[in-house]
Amino acid sequence: MLASILASGLAVGAVYALIGITYNTMYLTSRVMSFTAGQLGMLGGVFGSLFVLRLGLPVLPGLLATLLACALVGVVTEVVAVRPVLKSLDQHLYVLSTLAVALLIQHATALEWSTEPQPFPRLLGLGAGIWDEKYWLPVAACIATIIGLEYLYRRTLVGRAFVAIAEDNFAARALGLPERNLRIASYALAGAVGALAGFAGGQLLLAFFANGPLLNFYGFIPVALGGLGNNRGAVIGGFLLGLFQQAANFMVGGIFSSVAVFTLFIIVLLIRPQGMFGAPAARRV
Amino acid sequence: MARLWPYLAILALALLLPLTGNEYWALIATRMAIYWVLISGLNLVVGFAGQLAIGYVALLAIGAYTASVLTAGTVMEPLPAFVALGLAALAGAAAGVVVGLPALRLRTFYFAMTTLGFATIVTQITLAWQDVTGGGIGIPGPSMPAPMDTAWGFYYLCLGLGAVCTWATANIGASRFGRALVAIRDSEVAAEASGIAKPRLLVMVFILAGALAAFAGGLFATLQTYITPDAFTFDLSLLFFIAILIGGRGSILGPLLGTILLTLLPEVAAPLAAWSTFLYAALLLVIVLAIPGGIAALLDRNSRKPLPEDRAIQPRPEALAPLLGERAERKLLSLRGIVLAFGGVRAIDGLDLDLRQGEVHGLIGPNGSGKTTTLNVISGYYRPQAGSMTLGDAPLPPGHPVGRAARGIARTFQTPRLIGEATVLENVMIGATIEGRAGFLEALLSLPRQRAEERAMAAQARLALEAVGLAGLAGVRADRLQHSELRFMEIARALVLRPEFLMLDEPAAGLSAEEIRRLGALIRAVSRQGVGVLLVEHHADLIFDICDQVTVLNLGKVLAAGMPAEIRTHKEVVSAYLGA
Repeated sequence: MLASILASGLAVGAVYALIGITYNTMYLTSRVMSFTAGQLGMLGGVFGSLFVLRLGLPVLPGLLATLLACALVGVVTEVVAVRPVLKSLDQHLYVLSTLAVALLIQHATALEWSTEPQPFPRLLGLGAGIWDEKYWLPVAACIATIIGLEYLYRRTLVGRAFVAIAEDNFAARALGLPERNLRIASYALAGAVGALAGFAGGQLLLAFFANGPLLNFYGFIPVALGGLGNNRGAVIGGFLLGLFQQAANFMVGGIFSSVAVFTLFIIVLLIRPQGMFGAPAARRV
Repeated sequence: MARLWPYLAILALALLLPLTGNEYWALIATRMAIYWVLISGLNLVVGFAGQLAIGYVALLAIGAYTASVLTAGTVMEPLPAFVALGLAALAGAAAGVVVGLPALRLRTFYFAMTTLGFATIVTQITLAWQDVTGGGIGIPGPSMPAPMDTAWGFYYLCLGLGAVCTWATANIGASRFGRALVAIRDSEVAAEASGIAKPRLLVMVFILAGALAAFAGGLFATLQTYITPDAFTFDLSLLFFIAILIGGRGSILGPLLGTILLTLLPEVAAPLAAWSTFLYAALLLVIVLAIPGGIAALLDRNSRKPLPEDRAIQPRPEALAPLLGERAERKLLSLRGIVLAFGGVRAIDGLDLDLRQGEVHGLIGPNGSGKTTTLNVISGYYRPQAGSMTLGDAPLPPGHPVGRAARGIARTFQTPRLIGEATVLENVMIGATIEGRAGFLEALLSLPRQRAEERAMAAQARLALEAVGLAGLAGVRADRLQHSELRFMEIARALVLRPEFLMLDEPAAGLSAEEIRRLGALIRAVSRQGVGVLLVEHHADLIFDICDQVTVLNLGKVLAAGMPAEIRTHKEVVSAYLGA
């Protein structure tokens, strides 16, 4: 039992961590927490099933098409729901505008795709039991994403520009960084990361329109606990959450595991609203 | 009366509805009224207090299941329908506090997320707890006694309840509680400085909203006759939330119209029923991006009338005497050895300061010398690492900004903190909030003491506006005022508190020379009523004109202190700050 708790816990934990990174990627360049993060994960599964199973593309082109489609959704989110409300960030209109876009995505999927969970294809056909690919693929995708992002942020000019904007938006613009284009790029990147989460976790979560809100919530928990914009916190938090949730699942049953997760989440946040690794809020007066 | 006619028109239409004899319309209109019972309470949370509580369907479900389980007789002896509804409301009140508590610590997105999570969990519990809720099979809803057991009888019951909710929540909205909620939403810092304690206020509103939502849930179960977890989808939550946003924040009529509109929408556009949630979401996006004010802003023709352009601020210090009264004793507010460091920077470094009632005390110094920081320490926003403060004979506890208003310490801010969507008069009345004695229930029912207090507060506020010279703008929305007018409005808000000490943070910044002269005369007159004024300013002329005492800060330490004449010629002050 321990082995299956570990395997499924790490697998869903990796998906949550990736959704957390999706939140963070959008947050860093825009200071916006977007409700679309979970929907991108959902779309990763739906597009994957659509391209590979229904349209019969091979796995790699299917993955690529999925990433591109979700990157496009990310860009559309930026244009429609984020850019118009950035001017008045303190009014928190983005909560409503991104919620609206997330719901549009979810219901368009329900109407055009299916309201029932649809099968997701086996990708590589490797492994069995607890070493089945559906358990280790999300973990592998998560590790690959972390390495890729670290490389991007540390070694490339574009990545350093992202970091500069995240650090100090005004100073970065004063230096002549193309803030708007970088923001669009980060939303595309977030779209791709979310898509990867859904694609890699597709065999666990299936291609189901209602995955969006769940991923939204369980992906947000590691971000909230790890501190906004902190990818390391999101990854650690994501894996811990996955393990905790699956352990509770096996021991006390599905419903009470979500009650347990929710309660724990609220308690931790009430004690440390800025998250375990976050900095306290700035001055107000 | 003019403001009542839209409500009366809606009520008249609703009363005439049975003439159609169409029971399908009875069903729709009953549903509308039930939704409104929930939304009217939620409106105080979302529209007034600005808390993004998205998952209120959870409270509807709690009320529906509580009422149904108590009347079904599966778990215990069945109770009469109205007793069950009452108990459901109690359960909802408790759940409302549980859902709301995170709002006291968490902001916007976090809070929205926790209410969403709560909604998900309630649905899952109703599915899993089969012995009580019947799981996926569901249970029958409560049935009403005669004459409410017919479609029209039940309709009249719900309509009556809806009307009562409209009246009661409008009472709250127009009371000091409603103004304080809007103040928390638009300018929490200003609310704190006026002594408004956010937790208490929010908990009261969460109790009310939770009770109304759960009561509506009981009625909803009756209307459905049989409930399953499927009846409480997130789409319903969305309808409640969007009805308020379409209606407009801080309005009662707007959300009422929004509720009617959104309930009717899927009915009149029957082929679109499958797309209704999609439409709600699209509507939400359009409203947020295009008309953030909602229906209420469209209806509010008053706020589009142009203001006179050649208006001037004409303070009338005569009005100060009836407003502030006389102060017999002259208290001392003193700071001793205050130290406050941010990281390695010592913003205040061993400061001693004495403020006397009846005097104007100027605090000047170069940028970064610790003037505003001192003000923030006195008003409790910063907690110094060392040193003590006393007010009169009692120690003034560090921190705790909310308690300052009750101790007679009022302040203004470097950038005016206004409640933009409220009128100037309402902004000023915020300052009188702590004088209110009538409780939340009295406000809900608009009892005589509450009404008398409201009249007294309005009179006080008008007096303060007259004193600072803004009487002519009392009914104008505050976000339409000019910068200089906002500065005087903030002073009026502070004066309404009838403070012992008034702290002004650069009140002359951005004012014309003539306005500065009038400001100086006003501050002088305020201090002659026995108020101690602490004036942080850069305009040296103003300081030397009106101050009785001047303290000069440099790098968090007192560089010089004394009468204006001494300071003006003080060698170090001249070289460090004033210039030759």
